[in-house]
Amino acid sequence: MNDIMIEMKDVVFEYKSYIEDEILVAVNKVNLTVKKGEFLVILGHNGSGKSTLAKMMNGLLIPTDGDVNVMGINTKDEEKIWDIRQKAGMVFQNPDNQIVATIVEEDVAFGPENQGIPQDEIRKRVDDALEIVEMSAYKKHAPHLLSGGQKQRVAIAGILAMNPDCIIFDEPTSMLDPSGRTEVLQTIKKLNQEQGKTIILITHYMDEAVQGERVVVMSKGEIKLEGSPKGVFKKVDKIKELGLDVPQVTELAYELQKSGININEDILTIEELLNVL
Amino acid sequence: MIIKIDNLNYVYNANTPFEKKALDNINLEVEKGEFIGLIGHTGSGKSTLVQHLNGLIRVQSGSLYIDGFDISKKETKLKKIRQKVGLVFQYPEYQLFEETIYKDIAFGPRNLGLNEDEIKARVIEAMDIVGLDYETLKERSPFELSGGQKRRVAIAGVVAMKPKVLVLDEPTAGLDPNGRDEILAEVFDLFKKGGITVVLVSHNMEDIAKIVSRILVMDKGKIVMDGLPRDIFKRRQELEDIGLGIPQITKFMQEYKARGHDINSDILTVEEAKEELIRYLRGNENA
Amino acid sequence: MLKDITIGQYFPGETIIHRLDPRIKISIIVMFITSLFFVNRFFPYIFIVAFILIAISLSKVPIKFIIKGLRPLMFIILITFLINVFMTKGEVIFTLGPLSVTKEGLSQATFMALRLVFLVTGTSLLTLTTSPISLTDGIEELLKPFKRIGLPSHELAMMMTIALRFIPTLLEETDKIMKAQMARGADFESGNIIKRAKNLVPLLVPLFVNAFRRADELAIAMEARCYRGGEGRTRLNELKLDKKDIGIFASMALFFLFILSTRFI
Repeated sequence: MNDIMIEMKDVVFEYKSYIEDEILVAVNKVNLTVKKGEFLVILGHNGSGKSTLAKMMNGLLIPTDGDVNVMGINTKDEEKIWDIRQKAGMVFQNPDNQIVATIVEEDVAFGPENQGIPQDEIRKRVDDALEIVEMSAYKKHAPHLLSGGQKQRVAIAGILAMNPDCIIFDEPTSMLDPSGRTEVLQTIKKLNQEQGKTIILITHYMDEAVQGERVVVMSKGEIKLEGSPKGVFKKVDKIKELGLDVPQVTELAYELQKSGININEDILTIEELLNVL
Repeated sequence: MIIKIDNLNYVYNANTPFEKKALDNINLEVEKGEFIGLIGHTGSGKSTLVQHLNGLIRVQSGSLYIDGFDISKKETKLKKIRQKVGLVFQYPEYQLFEETIYKDIAFGPRNLGLNEDEIKARVIEAMDIVGLDYETLKERSPFELSGGQKRRVAIAGVVAMKPKVLVLDEPTAGLDPNGRDEILAEVFDLFKKGGITVVLVSHNMEDIAKIVSRILVMDKGKIVMDGLPRDIFKRRQELEDIGLGIPQITKFMQEYKARGHDINSDILTVEEAKEELIRYLRGNENA
Repeated sequence: MLKDITIGQYFPGETIIHRLDPRIKISIIVMFITSLFFVNRFFPYIFIVAFILIAISLSKVPIKFIIKGLRPLMFIILITFLINVFMTKGEVIFTLGPLSVTKEGLSQATFMALRLVFLVTGTSLLTLTTSPISLTDGIEELLKPFKRIGLPSHELAMMMTIALRFIPTLLEETDKIMKAQMARGADFESGNIIKRAKNLVPLLVPLFVNAFRRADELAIAMEARCYRGGEGRTRLNELKLDKKDIGIFASMALFFLFILSTRFI
């Protein structure tokens, strides 16, 4: 019981469409448990409901039906909403639209300031957080002069400074260039491995999904596939049907297998395929 | 020759401490009907070069001819150039502004001074090219659409100007695999119809490998590589040194060959790799 | 052109002026502006000029920077000067057609123009030596006593911070949208004023739509970071007055009191 970070039970999220007067279902009866320390990837195409699911994990959205518990606290409990948000931090897609202050360190301090943390403690947390994301040198810089990857790392530091147990990343790399994506992904892995943070990464990039311990594939508001990256990506046809990619080498292995060439292992990387062939 | 660039240089903030050389002696010739992939990391000068092509940035030194017109000359009417070179910026959906999709796509053609019948014909054609249904969508507001659909409207807005050169800056940024494949396929279909030269700016080698006929690689304001995709991808080390990569499948084939397997590593797609490997592996079995 | 406006721009430094508590700096500027409008003759301007020059040299902000800040306002200063030159009655020096220049007019015009120059120099010196963040902190602190009468000091300061944070982002965005529309043949440079205003629609609509979208996303991000208003908030950099701040404030208060008193001599 104690090793559960987030638990979702029969979660439904409905909303009213602005355009036509109808009720749409973004998330339909999802059951999902995230363990402490886990690196979970939620993969899905645009409009699959993955972002809505993520926003329900820290009470930014409240399910219309079912329950979400964050470390045992129900997100419907309005009195504890700030505890939930402290425990489950969230990093968003657009780095520009989540940085509040005009100086990097002031921005990182924003969360702990809101929590009413004493000044000395804020200073320590800000310095530590910037150190972890390797942005200490930019402490006094103006955020708008940083690269996309750097801005996103500042945003991550801002969440880290709140001392969360879990960080939810809502498509954190989709607006970045390749080097920015690498920087951010490395930071995320570091947070999981070195800081022991529970990570939930929402993405539509398969090369990011293969980094996780467990992958959940969403489509039309439902979980369609779930398992280890290897277990999920070997279902090449199914993944493609859901509008997603698999790594090129995985696809190649799959195609070769279909043509009668015996490859009896699941392949995710170049190295793995080289060793089999 | 549709684009001809000689000794083009561009410096930002000249004579200040923030001086930055964005283009360093660019020479380039592009023939009609080429499909160019322009690659480089952020800050390599791609955007600056592309904005020169339709006169959004004026030539500081060197010369630049588009379809025979010298745009470095002050007298050249920029309107004429902008009609020849259509530029689709990154995240173009953030520039939509009209009440209806029809009006938004018609904005460019209208600025060209075309008559109403011609405008309508062009909107219909452009919507068809990007896969938007004219009848159901023409009166809808562009702001009601999904991200991918909005982007199509924005691309149609440039396509409707019937440029001779279509430049697309990261047209698939932020889209999911389906959205990305659809947009690339639409651009490729448009290209195949003929009469148009396309410049596709991208970070994504795998996208580029599939469709372009020639790759330009930029780094620090210079064009450092220029050639066929197959030839460019052979220079993997050089590409990695400037922070770029090659498609995973090409990389795999190169490494497989390096392990002593006698295969052709000139591979751009999974399909090609599969055929080559089957040929090789079957050959081994029979031997 | 937008880049030329120095008001609101920060020139980083570690001088005594930079380190002065923002509340003190703002108070001094308020006293400075009050005395500018209170003074009614040339003689006390000597002290004002001395004050400005000393402050500039202590702040190590290059004079060039300050002059650059005046440039966009030259037009307003010139208009003020001309109105005063021609509109003041008195001893005529010479006439230009229907307009006549008087001795009183010339002196009044110079006086008013100088007042504007001093005003702009003083306030831009404040913003050049105070980072936007400490400026807003200072304003927030100074306005706190007015909270009782319903003035939302924290909210005002928060809005200012966010506005400052997003100015560069929005400028960049404006530039991008403008270029994108120009690529579609939009024309922002020619035509009469009505046509030009109409031509701005393709620029302004996306700019507003995007600003609303940004505001929405920012609000969600702030909520996720536990923002719930000013109540119970602590600060990373709490403002603290030291002896030097108080000393400087006291001597400046005396100085401006003296300038004010010149009106009654």
